Amino acid sequence: MELTFFLQQMINGVALGSLYGLIAIGYTMVYGIIRLINFAHGDVMMMGCYFAYFGILMFSLPWWASFAVALLLTAALGVLMDKGAYLPVRNAPRISALITAIGVSFLLENLGLVVFGGRPKGFETPDMFNEVYEVAGLMFPALVLWTPLLTLAILGIILLIIYRTKTGRAMRCISHDMETTKLMGVDVNRIISITFAVGSAAAAAGGIMWAMRYPEINPLMGIIPGFKAFVAAVLGGIGNITGAMLGGLLLGIAEILLVALMPELAGYRDAVAFGLLILILLFRPTGLMGTKLPD
Amino acid sequence: MKMKHVLVAFMVLGLAFTMPAPAFSQAKSDTIRIGAFLPMTGGVAAYGQGSWQGIQAAREMKPTILGKKVELFLADDKSDKIEAANAVTRLVEKEKVIAIIGSSISGNTMAGAPIAEKAGVPIISPTATNPLVTQGKKYIFRVCFIDPFQGEMAAKYAFETLKKRKAALIIDKAQDYCVGLADFFEKSFTKLGGQIVAKTYCQTGDKDFTAQLSAIKAKNPDVLYMPNYYTEVALAMKQAKDLGLNLPVLSGDGAQDKALIDIGKQYVEGLMLTGHFEKEAASTPLAKKFIPLYEKKYGKVGTFDVMGADAYFVLADAIERAKSTDGAKIRAALASTKNFKGISGTMTIGEDGNAIKSLVIVQVRGGDFRYVATVEPAGAAPEPKKAAPKKK
Repeated sequence: MELTFFLQQMINGVALGSLYGLIAIGYTMVYGIIRLINFAHGDVMMMGCYFAYFGILMFSLPWWASFAVALLLTAALGVLMDKGAYLPVRNAPRISALITAIGVSFLLENLGLVVFGGRPKGFETPDMFNEVYEVAGLMFPALVLWTPLLTLAILGIILLIIYRTKTGRAMRCISHDMETTKLMGVDVNRIISITFAVGSAAAAAGGIMWAMRYPEINPLMGIIPGFKAFVAAVLGGIGNITGAMLGGLLLGIAEILLVALMPELAGYRDAVAFGLLILILLFRPTGLMGTKLPD
Repeated sequence: MKMKHVLVAFMVLGLAFTMPAPAFSQAKSDTIRIGAFLPMTGGVAAYGQGSWQGIQAAREMKPTILGKKVELFLADDKSDKIEAANAVTRLVEKEKVIAIIGSSISGNTMAGAPIAEKAGVPIISPTATNPLVTQGKKYIFRVCFIDPFQGEMAAKYAFETLKKRKAALIIDKAQDYCVGLADFFEKSFTKLGGQIVAKTYCQTGDKDFTAQLSAIKAKNPDVLYMPNYYTEVALAMKQAKDLGLNLPVLSGDGAQDKALIDIGKQYVEGLMLTGHFEKEAASTPLAKKFIPLYEKKYGKVGTFDVMGADAYFVLADAIERAKSTDGAKIRAALASTKNFKGISGTMTIGEDGNAIKSLVIVQVRGGDFRYVATVEPAGAAPEPKKAAPKKK
């Protein structure tokens, strides 16, 4: 009984953690390349959920088509965000870009409230993701299996883009030195837009998986997952994409185990997540997998 | 998030200073100014949205009080206690309202109450059920029953009607409502001879309950009492089924919003709850007049819509009996509300600010809330009745 209980809780933890990881990948990728903490990442994720929701409900697309459209639209939103908000402050001090990101986050949240309304909506989860498998007394909801797979797939795709394509090489150059990259004849703004497109699409993928597991969507739904993903990214070493996934897993498992082993402390779940952030920043600011910054 | 809040606070402060001072409102206003502070956004937005529609529909039905036009002022409390206090301050100081309707949940109403109490502006809450909301307060009222009653009735229903003996609880520690209701349930259930085998906690805004539910499953209870708000109940019921935890679930009035079914879909089938109102059981003349009018404009009527409207009607009745817009006189009139036939039933409000009225037991069946039974305030254990056969 005890073992089953523990294993079930581990499954629960991996399920939650891989969602955090999935959202964190896009977060950390954008940071890794342009050194911008995109506070609007969680809200971009929220927009992705609404795109998918309306795709299924209003245009009665099959779920896979709707998800694909949502990814594309969210990627487009990422580019728009970059062109509209971040490009004008590209050469300003980093803090300006950070504040702009907070502004974009508010803009998206309140735009969502005006356009979609504050009333929460139920997300339509395709049947195949609602299946539950039972193995030796342990329950495996289909999403628990799909989410880590998707996370790995997206991780693979992003690593492939960064390390195996010309665009990716340009991204890596920008992360080292934007000015010099510009001098080499690289269209820096285009590359950064692509970075935002990829990061936002990853956010949408994370959001859709999130919405299928917790089928309630509202315009403020991105705030907490956004922060948790940020913690996961820092935990894994911000800028390190593989680290973000591991950080997410660790955070998810830590949260679940806290509630499972110390039910009285369940109310402090978020406090533990953010406490972890503080500890990491104090004792290992580069995270678990991060390398020391050159400067 | 905190950093964001501080930033916003500064921005708002900046705006406030640059704005011209508001024009002084005339001492003798030619309209009746009624405020409402409700959660229009955030975690429990569905309550506020519903109640606000109900209030507006009620005003359409009764647009004048004491021969003057009623003006409504809405302030969004964003499902947040601090925002609730701000909203009441705004209504009292800037909008100069004579009375306030709100808020939907106990915690927020309690946060706003001291401000109105100090200003002598009566608050009447549609659905804040925690006993502490009105306790020791002169100007705070409600048109709903209180939690000791619904907690006890839920326990009795679980023990006597469903014949369950081992209950598990999930309690949201951040909500006075959930903590109180779970406590009243526990007391009654153990007094009847039942046992609480698992007590787990969560926090408002949690989406994942798998850790709590797995712990509950390990204790093998035969009924789950989850007096949380609709989102939490819906998500937890889905996750319970995913974890193979199949048992009857009971909840409180907070679960009875159609958002519960939108979110929980097939997973919330069978949920039973103690509620304020169910359309199938509506019988008062006011209900017969209000419901068709409401539904023509807003679609199917829900509990929180009706409770908002009831707060408006009770307040309008009190102002008319007081024959004045003076806060103290309205308060006295509210405290002597006798057998008011509202939409949700007949209610009597006492000096303590609480409404004495019946509750309904409701079950989710076929993707809708269905009436099961009515429980009178001093009545015995609820007996399950066949749902009234009339449809629509």
